[in-house]
Amino acid sequence: MVDVQPGASGVTMTPPPRRQKLPGSLVFTIGVLGVVFVLAMTSYLTGEPALTSSSTMKNTVSLGLPILLCGLGGIWAERSGMINIGLEGMMILGTWGAAFGGYHWGPWMAVVSGMVFGALGGALHAVATVTFGVNHIVSGVAINLLGAGVTKYLTTLIFQPLSDNPRESPPIQQFDTFSVSGLGDWLAGLEKDQRVIISDVAGLVRGLVTGVSPLLIIGILLVVATYVVLWRTRFGLRLRSCGENPVAAESLGVNVYLYKYLAVIASGALAGIAGAALVLGSGVPIYQEGQTANRGFIGLAAMIFGNWRPGGTLAGSALFGYADGLRLSATPEAVHALLYSAVIVVGLLVIWQLYRRKWTTAMLAAVGAVAVYALYYFTDELPQEFLPYAPHIITLVVLALAAQRLRPPAADGVPYRRGEGD
Amino acid sequence: MTSRLRSSLLAPVLAVVFAAVLCAIVLILSGANPGEALGAMIGQVGEGQIAVDIVNSTAIYMLAALAAAIGFHMNLLNIGIEGQYRVGALVAAIVGGALVLPPVLHWLVILLVAAAAGAAWATLPAILKVTRGVHEVLSTIMMNAIAFGLAAFLIRRDQFGILVGNNVTTKPIPSSGQVPGIDLGDRGTVFGLVFLSVVAAAVYGVVLNRTRFGFELKASGLSPTAAAAGGVNAKKMIVVSLLVSGAVAGLVGMPEILGRDHAYTLNFASGYGFAGIGIALLGRNHPVGIAFGSLLWAFLEKSKGALDNVGVPKEIATIMQGAIVLSVVVAYEIVKRMELAAEQRRVGQATGTAVEPEAAK
Amino acid sequence: MTDTEVDTEAAVVLTGITKRFPGVVANSDVHLTVRTGEVHALCGENGAGKSTLMKILYGMQSPDEGDIEVNGERVSFRSPSDAIKAGIGMVHQHFMLADNLTVLENVVLGAEGLHGIGKKARNRIRGLTGSVGLDLDPDTLVERLGVADRQRVEILKVLYRGAKIIILDEPTAVLVPQEVDELFNTLRTMRADGYTFLFISHKLDEVRAIADSITVIRRGTTVGTVDPRTVTTRQLAEMMVGSELPSPETRESTVTDKVVLQVEGLVLETPDGRRLLDALDLTVHSGEVLGIAGVEGNGQTELVETIMGIRRAAAGKVTLDGQNLTRAGTLARREAGIGYIPEDRTRHGLLLTEPLWANRILGYQTRRPTARGAFIDIAGARRDTQRIVEQFDVRTPGIEVAAASLSGGNQQKLVIGRELSGEPKLLIASHPTRGVDVGAQAAIWDHIRAARHNGLAVLLVSADLDELIGLSDSIKVMLRGKFVADADPATVTPEDLGSAMTGAAQVDESGLLVTGGEQ
Repeated sequence: MVDVQPGASGVTMTPPPRRQKLPGSLVFTIGVLGVVFVLAMTSYLTGEPALTSSSTMKNTVSLGLPILLCGLGGIWAERSGMINIGLEGMMILGTWGAAFGGYHWGPWMAVVSGMVFGALGGALHAVATVTFGVNHIVSGVAINLLGAGVTKYLTTLIFQPLSDNPRESPPIQQFDTFSVSGLGDWLAGLEKDQRVIISDVAGLVRGLVTGVSPLLIIGILLVVATYVVLWRTRFGLRLRSCGENPVAAESLGVNVYLYKYLAVIASGALAGIAGAALVLGSGVPIYQEGQTANRGFIGLAAMIFGNWRPGGTLAGSALFGYADGLRLSATPEAVHALLYSAVIVVGLLVIWQLYRRKWTTAMLAAVGAVAVYALYYFTDELPQEFLPYAPHIITLVVLALAAQRLRPPAADGVPYRRGEGD
Repeated sequence: MTSRLRSSLLAPVLAVVFAAVLCAIVLILSGANPGEALGAMIGQVGEGQIAVDIVNSTAIYMLAALAAAIGFHMNLLNIGIEGQYRVGALVAAIVGGALVLPPVLHWLVILLVAAAAGAAWATLPAILKVTRGVHEVLSTIMMNAIAFGLAAFLIRRDQFGILVGNNVTTKPIPSSGQVPGIDLGDRGTVFGLVFLSVVAAAVYGVVLNRTRFGFELKASGLSPTAAAAGGVNAKKMIVVSLLVSGAVAGLVGMPEILGRDHAYTLNFASGYGFAGIGIALLGRNHPVGIAFGSLLWAFLEKSKGALDNVGVPKEIATIMQGAIVLSVVVAYEIVKRMELAAEQRRVGQATGTAVEPEAAK
Repeated sequence: MTDTEVDTEAAVVLTGITKRFPGVVANSDVHLTVRTGEVHALCGENGAGKSTLMKILYGMQSPDEGDIEVNGERVSFRSPSDAIKAGIGMVHQHFMLADNLTVLENVVLGAEGLHGIGKKARNRIRGLTGSVGLDLDPDTLVERLGVADRQRVEILKVLYRGAKIIILDEPTAVLVPQEVDELFNTLRTMRADGYTFLFISHKLDEVRAIADSITVIRRGTTVGTVDPRTVTTRQLAEMMVGSELPSPETRESTVTDKVVLQVEGLVLETPDGRRLLDALDLTVHSGEVLGIAGVEGNGQTELVETIMGIRRAAAGKVTLDGQNLTRAGTLARREAGIGYIPEDRTRHGLLLTEPLWANRILGYQTRRPTARGAFIDIAGARRDTQRIVEQFDVRTPGIEVAAASLSGGNQQKLVIGRELSGEPKLLIASHPTRGVDVGAQAAIWDHIRAARHNGLAVLLVSADLDELIGLSDSIKVMLRGKFVADADPATVTPEDLGSAMTGAAQVDESGLLVTGGEQ
């Protein structure tokens, strides 16, 4: 997906000393604490409690979940060397499948049928790219077109008689949510007190423990499962080898075609579940044309942000979910206050770059911080026409900043044909 | 070279036939009659303004497909055509409504502004690609979304929008900025800018096949490493390619705006970008292929009305379009492999070498 | 001379193996017998069919005709796993390792069923590392390993799977003489433990040093099997080629005083500041061939690409015939008079899917006869391509075929013809005869010699030490981005160069290599 600069070819030269890599869990914890700190500070300094309220958190979860699942789908495909741009189309198929299954048989069947529909899209992508060697991206674009077209067609055929609307399905039943009630009430009290940091943390945690849908649990489980399967099992090792060096894997007797098929179909299935999550998590649980709003692509961005790892993807989807969620639950002034957080973050970046003696980057970052602050200071609110697209803008920023420090699977996107070794 | 022509046509024809068969099956399964559907689609061409509409649409699709094809030669997927033509159209309409110039010059300036705006909207993805390695598919998709936001913002009544009946538009472009078309009475009016499309296709063909720039563009797309060793600046090529693609994309909205609407309205059409990509694939980035592909696409689009009349869900036309795109790329791969094997066989026999050609190993 | 006895001690017997590809016959009626516990060498020039034969033995291809017997039993392999089960392992010439995975992961991949992928596997690997001379933690990422260690991991892979018959495909291609000796010691130790080796190589001196018996293959068929003690290298070479061998040796000196290429203080750095080229100086005169010796990966590729302008130097100066090219891009450097034969023609020299005449334009799109102003001159390109095909003996049915359809040697001849047609002042030739059959190789040497005679300056990088010594007028040895020694081709031997290439040689005050052996 991302063009990483080719490294030096020094095969017999001693590789550079690797900087000590911190364990992933430590990085994750520091990251979470840092984010909470920045948000709390912003909320306090700008007087916007909405930034860390429990309702914002709930929206983050319900909007971030589809992004997370798409991101996981992306990981499965790309770790086997297959670029899957068609996640959007597979997710659209998933939303349709979920509405269909949910209408007839309830929320659990909605998830299953969404998964099946998404997997079918994945299978089609696999056939085109693995068996016929079509360029991965072109095939993905075609799947997106087909996904949109087929669901439109099926809607007029099947849903329109039921909902009277050629663009929507009738509503389906949602999941019952559950809460940890005692904890929830205590946290609600803390949140109302409006004490710095404590209330913010209370708000964030409360959003996570009340009104929890089974989908959130499923999502977290899938994150863990992705890690365990891909990095701790034989199946996962073989799958990853297809994405790193398929010719080597083939020479060792790995059936590369099979693993790529499985990976891409799994990827589609995950996108399908994402579609189901989108339908079930919406205010009005229906299939709606244009519902996905490019979230499939944002999922890919979350995957890149997460360096093709499940933990990182979780972080990325939380970020994008937050941006999306804030818009829904807060006033435009609150979103405006996010600019202030951006200033804080860039400010920290400036200090870090100065510490590493990267003068030019620090200077650029400082200029950026001043510009963002000026924008914050001189405007009262951001034009609301742009608000629905805040996640997309953030995606661009993330891609621009993150793209080069990353490590995609070595054979990602490389067309593979059996017997082409040597 | 007839064998070459035959092999070039083979894949697209196979693809269209396959997609048609597929759609026929879908229709039968959903209880409709494919023969009736096809009849309605063809029959309506003779009626009313349909034929002229098809020609006009073809011109628009051609521009979009040319924009996509320019990117394709560099292995760049400019999904951003959607956003680029929207921005190009909107900015051009605003500027066109505000300027006072003599005729001909007026609409030439508007065209230039449209192209420049389209190119400008492609600049950020281009820079991100060469400096940060961000894939253009992701960045242009984000830009498309943001373009919607930008358009919604600029057309606000406190910005550049004016309320006209139930619709909000930009300030209408005076007649000096309108491009006259060919009036065929109640058959409709052919957009004057149809000729722009033809000229664009011709220029595209000449530049690509006969100029140094075109050669370097194609070489960079075929093998960036070989092109770099051959003196081509890959990064410069990527940026130029995306900007030119964006500029052509910016023109996509012009036939309609300068020939019919004379302003950017809320009803401004979308979807031309993806159509352009599909047509470029179908036409194999070749100007003549693109022309025929655009014709086919326009025909399918305009047939939606006829399908409605015979009770066939019109989305079947969309499915057909999507199926064509997928089938054509699969067909190309198959044909390409057959061709390469055949050529290696010929070379092996002709030169009598027992040495394995490198690519066969 | 052909040994056709079916021996119960035979580890592998191949009878009548034939394999065809579209347009070529890769193997035709091949017979091969390998005894248990011997090191059996398979020799032949590039393109003779050795690799195909080994792919068949390892199950990566299936023969169109013929039988395979392993340890006395008829077998038929449908995939490498069948071959592995029969106890055959293959160490490829191009290592099949995933850089981002650890040694452990690379070794257990595909054989997870044997000892799992966790502690048991790790212990088993630790037990085996001793026998291959590897001294590493199995959890090291492969990308951190050097070439010789990577090869040991490859051998480890086959041992882990219980292979007793090991195929080695050109194992010494990337090793310096000292590493070759270490490898051969390892092989001798393992042979004593009962392992059988099938050793593919075209380096005849090495083959004679290690092999117990040698089978020669030419143009897809076996020529014969010989005992290395009873043949000379020369005889072996002639069996391989079927005719008198060409030699790269040049006779008279044509070096002039005119400096064509001057490089001063050239520095190339990685983004994190490591120096790939460390303040290099070099000079090439008109009529001189300057050879650069060095193990791959010590900066030769980077040097060539920096002089060509493909990589940007951090410091230093490059001058061509008095013209300062330091700031110029690749196109400007080509126009100034540099011709470039890249080490990988398929990736850096040719557009494989384009016809030959289009490839003629590549690199020359601003000059006659292939271009006129802003336009390319297709007719001119076609005419000149025809000339190159005739003058350089490029075997092709026409100039409209795609470059991918030509054999490696013919592709290289086309590239050389193109690069010499711009009447360059300097020719940079990077491994010019790699992957090229002997006939084409001789022709290429002749062309380089002829151009040198006409005053061309040549910068030659090659891993073929005979080629380097035979063609060069002076040699510089490169190690870790620096020039560590100069050598005189008239007196230096491949062993001397090999020592210098690993930094083990002695150098006198003027930087000249202290040579040890006779010619």
